[in-house]
Amino acid sequence: MCDFPFFSLVCTGEIFELKAELNSDKKEKKKEAVKKVIASMTVGKDVSALFPDVVNCMQTDNLELKKLVYLYLMNYAKSQPDMAIMAVNTFVKDCEDPNPLIRALAVRTMGCIRVDKITEYLCEPLRKCLKDEDPYVRKTAAVCVAKLHDINAQLVEDQGFLDTLKDLISDSNPMVVANAVAALSEIAESHPNSNLLDLNPQTINKLLTALNECTEWGQIFILDCLANYTPRDDRESQSICERVTPRLSHANSAVVLSAVKVLMKFMEMLPKDLDYYGTLLKKLAPPLVTLLSAEPELQYVALRNINLIVQRRPEILKHEMKVFFVKYNDPIYVKLEKLDIMIRLASQANIAQVLAELKEYATEVDVDFVRKAVRAIGRCAIKVEQSAERCVSTLLDLIQTKVNYVVQEAIVVIKDIFRKYPNKYESVIATLCENLDSLDEPEARAAMIWIVGEYAERIDNADELLESFLEGFHDESTQVQLQLLTAIVKLFLKKPTETQELVQQVLSLATQDSDNPDLRDRGYIYWRLLSTDPVAAKEVVLAEKPLISEETDLIEPTLLEELICHIGTLASVYHKPPSAFVEGSRGVQHKRLPGSAGSGESADSPDTGSAAGVSEAPPAVIPSQGDLLGDLLNLDLTPPTTSGPPPAPSSGMQMGAMDLLGGGLDSLVGLLHMGAGFGAPPTAMPASFPPPVSGGLDDLFDLGGSVGMPMGAYSPPKSIWLPAMKAKGLEISGTFARRAGVIQMEMTLTNKAMSIMTDFAIQFNRNSFGLAPAGPLQVLTPVGPNQSIEVALPLSTVGPVMKMEPLTNLQVAVKNNIDVFYFSSQYPISMLFVEDGKMERQVFLATWKDIPNDNEAQFQIKDCHLNSDAASSKLQGSNVFTIAKRTVEGQDMLYQSMKLTNGIWVLAELRVQAGNPNYTVSTVVVGLCEFMSLVSSLRLSSDLINNFYPVKTVVFN
Amino acid sequence: MIGGLFIYNHKGEVLISRVYRDDIGRNAVDAFRVNVIHARQQVRSPVTNIARTSFFHVKRSNIWLAAVTKQNVNAAMVFEFLYKMCDVMTAYFGKISEENIKNNFVLIYELLDEILDFGYPQNSETGALKTFITQQGIKGQTKEEQSQITSQVTGQIGWRREGIKYRRNELFLDVLESVNLLMSPQGQVLSAHVSGRVVMKSYLSGMPECKFGMNDKIVIDKQGKGGASDEAGKSGKQSIAIDDCTFHQCVRLSKFDSERSISFIPPDGEYELMRYRTTKDIILPFRVIPLVREVGRTKLEVKVVIKSNFKPSLLAQKIEVRIPTPLNTSGVQVICMKGKAKYKASENAIVWKIKRMAGMKESQISAEIELLPTNDKKKWARPPISMNFEVPFAPSGLKVRYLKVFESKLNYSDHDVIKWVRYIGRSGIYETRC
Repeated sequence: MCDFPFFSLVCTGEIFELKAELNSDKKEKKKEAVKKVIASMTVGKDVSALFPDVVNCMQTDNLELKKLVYLYLMNYAKSQPDMAIMAVNTFVKDCEDPNPLIRALAVRTMGCIRVDKITEYLCEPLRKCLKDEDPYVRKTAAVCVAKLHDINAQLVEDQGFLDTLKDLISDSNPMVVANAVAALSEIAESHPNSNLLDLNPQTINKLLTALNECTEWGQIFILDCLANYTPRDDRESQSICERVTPRLSHANSAVVLSAVKVLMKFMEMLPKDLDYYGTLLKKLAPPLVTLLSAEPELQYVALRNINLIVQRRPEILKHEMKVFFVKYNDPIYVKLEKLDIMIRLASQANIAQVLAELKEYATEVDVDFVRKAVRAIGRCAIKVEQSAERCVSTLLDLIQTKVNYVVQEAIVVIKDIFRKYPNKYESVIATLCENLDSLDEPEARAAMIWIVGEYAERIDNADELLESFLEGFHDESTQVQLQLLTAIVKLFLKKPTETQELVQQVLSLATQDSDNPDLRDRGYIYWRLLSTDPVAAKEVVLAEKPLISEETDLIEPTLLEELICHIGTLASVYHKPPSAFVEGSRGVQHKRLPGSAGSGESADSPDTGSAAGVSEAPPAVIPSQGDLLGDLLNLDLTPPTTSGPPPAPSSGMQMGAMDLLGGGLDSLVGLLHMGAGFGAPPTAMPASFPPPVSGGLDDLFDLGGSVGMPMGAYSPPKSIWLPAMKAKGLEISGTFARRAGVIQMEMTLTNKAMSIMTDFAIQFNRNSFGLAPAGPLQVLTPVGPNQSIEVALPLSTVGPVMKMEPLTNLQVAVKNNIDVFYFSSQYPISMLFVEDGKMERQVFLATWKDIPNDNEAQFQIKDCHLNSDAASSKLQGSNVFTIAKRTVEGQDMLYQSMKLTNGIWVLAELRVQAGNPNYTVSTVVVGLCEFMSLVSSLRLSSDLINNFYPVKTVVFN
Repeated sequence: MIGGLFIYNHKGEVLISRVYRDDIGRNAVDAFRVNVIHARQQVRSPVTNIARTSFFHVKRSNIWLAAVTKQNVNAAMVFEFLYKMCDVMTAYFGKISEENIKNNFVLIYELLDEILDFGYPQNSETGALKTFITQQGIKGQTKEEQSQITSQVTGQIGWRREGIKYRRNELFLDVLESVNLLMSPQGQVLSAHVSGRVVMKSYLSGMPECKFGMNDKIVIDKQGKGGASDEAGKSGKQSIAIDDCTFHQCVRLSKFDSERSISFIPPDGEYELMRYRTTKDIILPFRVIPLVREVGRTKLEVKVVIKSNFKPSLLAQKIEVRIPTPLNTSGVQVICMKGKAKYKASENAIVWKIKRMAGMKESQISAEIELLPTNDKKKWARPPISMNFEVPFAPSGLKVRYLKVFESKLNYSDHDVIKWVRYIGRSGIYETRC
């Protein structure tokens, strides 16, 4: 009946027969019987009834038979846990076998049996195997720890296997190292905050050594692990890059992609003017191109990744356009991806070639591909202005082919071209109108109607054309109906005399005969507008439209950064963060690229509480936030011309010191910054300072005016953090305050939607000072429409730390029953000044003296109407403590100290000239020289940061 | 990591199913069958996400191999592994077919157990695997043999075992290139590249250290500058610019990166030493000049000239030109000066075959294509004219300069090794638009 004896097992009656065979004395017969059992198992038949009989066959010296029995055990042990215990003895015995292959087999299989009772017995053999003399056994045992952790994480920790696993990273055998890395990485993923993979230069060095020696798969594990490391400075980053680049020549594409991931990530930290940076960029292109000659499935993975790389660093592949030309025999998924990349790489230099190709593709067979090609031509027109004309003529050629879907797609993109270049290509309208009848897709019809309405004054028979659509109004899709309504209103406003009847007709169709609320509402609005104030109607309906952006479907920058950290993985294939498709805790951790100082790429965060003085200050001294750090460092290390700011590390306490520099100083300066006034002495102004991040001393001083206010920390007025538009009706405004030593986030939640909001929850992203909610968000009652509620959320500073840009930026996610919303806000740095920030006088003096005076910068505080005592007491309310006061030649000098929540001390000197109501104050910011160089090389360890890092701020007239 | 691995036949029946992770249930097997194998439309992506489970698949003839996972795995690695899996199976039992898989399912399970542990790929070099995964079972291994096996499987040189002995030390080097071309109807090269492979068959004793040299521009230039050797200049050999190359894992990549020298201990038997790609100064062995004229709505006149462009002393072989015809073709008359041409209705093409053709020659075919009148508005897409051939030289200009063998422990030297080098240039995707 069947040629394959093992696959012909059909009826359950044979189970009985098998039972007999399994218990046979003959080895051969036994083996054949087990094979039959496995075959049935494969095709999904239940052979669990044979459990005891199969397990009986386990005691054998025939390795092949043993493996078969193990395979059976792995499948059925879970359903028969009690029976599975029978196997334990054999396993334990096998783990002692002189043959390393058998020892490894036993420990490997045992880890796959997910029965609690068995795992208990596994611990001892596993411990032995982890220290086995044979590397084959050790590498198997390493993976087994990960298996066991998956079953019982607590057990693994209690038994100390994690430490043993860590030791294996130093193993002499590269494969053992690779497997240990793989196992540790996996375990670390489920403990996001643990410091399990304690990556430091020593371990990194070990990994890089093993990288040269282990199998291709091991190289992948190691490279993927390396990608999670954040080098301490650009030198370390470069040296790792240098040792990883040879991998780009590996035959295994996955090794190449993982190496690309490491390089893409570490490159962020290299200064752009470094020679090596350019070399590295050049080295990346050829291997990426080579990936395109791999098998189609890998090409697909590579292309999805290249799409990301091109968005992040377009310069790498800008000259490689040709390799993305579509081949006739490429699978469709490769074709579509190549097309995407072609558009991204399109530029003035290569647009002619690209267009010629796209035109070619538009004649292919696959409908999706052709559509995308036509759309691509439109996108080229929008992206490269010089090519717009050629693109339009190409599109017209395509319309002439009369292929239905080509014509429709072309019309949709021409609409976009009209929007991008108004009043330029309207001559083609006539050709478009010819194809009116053939349009049967809503999108194309809507686009055509939009064109007719927009250019009604140039189309003689616009009314006839629109009227023809009106006949089947109710059969049209909503998209078309809405467009038709608007188009006819536009037409009416342009040619009121002839089209009165038409507009009446469409308004009544929309308002009276339609049950679509959107359409009805829009109809009523137009009607009301037209009947009350036609001039206003004209202004509204014929308003100038905002230009459309050049690049469509770009990935949002933060997501892009995260995806770059996931190059080669599924996330990069789906273009989604792992949390979008992975269940449970794994992969929920968001990865970020290491921040490079002075990159200025994320410099556009809004100033929430911007001070009045900002606009009056000379614009030259207001750099973007991102440049600040660079400037500050230039000030201390080198003349401002050099642009090699050391990069900032991105996580952990390491950046504490950097924080102080990056944001601390600027906030500090901002803190002392008060409006209007006098120019700074030019010699004393080597660096420029940004406006205060969000309220500093000026705000503090402002408060001084209102007598009777309790002496407390300054808190800026509430500002809107999350507008209702962006959050489906939820508006959040808020502020930060420090009350009785507790930082509070005070928010007003306003429901501007129509439905009730409940189930509020809040979460912070990692931030510079480890701010985290100390408790859940207390919104106990549902918030009804138009209702608002006040909440105060106490914050702790023990959360995970990551450097933000700007420093005091806080990214917040708020959830309610409707959705999750994200916003970011900035807290005033004074929130972080702790109550015990008063330094001992002696200590202060000693520290102050240690600061060399040769690196100075100044800052002015203007328009201060307080005398030094008032200022001092005012500041004290915000935990800025005056240690000493000195008066020299009518100038008051205040020596002050403050301490940040993360234990960093800040020292300041404030000079005030009494008696002059409109006096000038300028500051000199002095960093400790050695501190600066320490920071610049980023050789700081976290315990160093917890010591003193005084920064002297001198203020003089 | 990989959660499970399934092999299906063309009907979607499971032939092999091995689950490595607890999060993959039995229903995953069916989900893939229903959503991919039995899917109505053509498969649009090799990666499919069904209910938060991701499926990676490759197809070999009519067998589907699918890897399943619920985690954010390294996608490139999964595909590389699937290919590797195919290689290993082919090395063990030949062609991947339903019959072979069914006959070897025990072996396949054994292999899967070895090369994938908890979803992590392990050593998958056939050379090493064959030492301890055999159909016979391991019997009578001595302790030394066992530890030799394990050290090889986990060792630095996982691809070669110790103690190999040949009476005659011999090696074969094949430089196999496929030249790819896309040319516009006007004869303008739109894109051209050569993807080449150096395949080596080594039958060498012991653990020989090899060094491979070719006319790589970077190396030659470096030598020329240093003045150490002006061999390149003397012999007039031209060097070639290699865009990129990748190597078998036996090659020491860091050495290549620093010195650009290719040194390695080769696996035994046949393997691919390197792959490379060049785009500059490619010798295009043939040029195709198409001429298509539409005569009214029911007739097409096609004339195609091919010109060979290499040394007259060399012979190209297995030349085949494929001229596509419209779908509504009713009849074709062909006249060709050389070779045989035939209209193949099932393939919608005129296939013109020439057995041999010397360099610097020219040949021509002309055809009249009768068309059935159709109402179809869509114009014929005019697929490109494609060509196949084989030439006995490397179109990239690559030359093997040396392959030195050193084996310090055994008493044979580089001179005793018999070496054979062969160049074959084949057409890859060699298309001319018409």
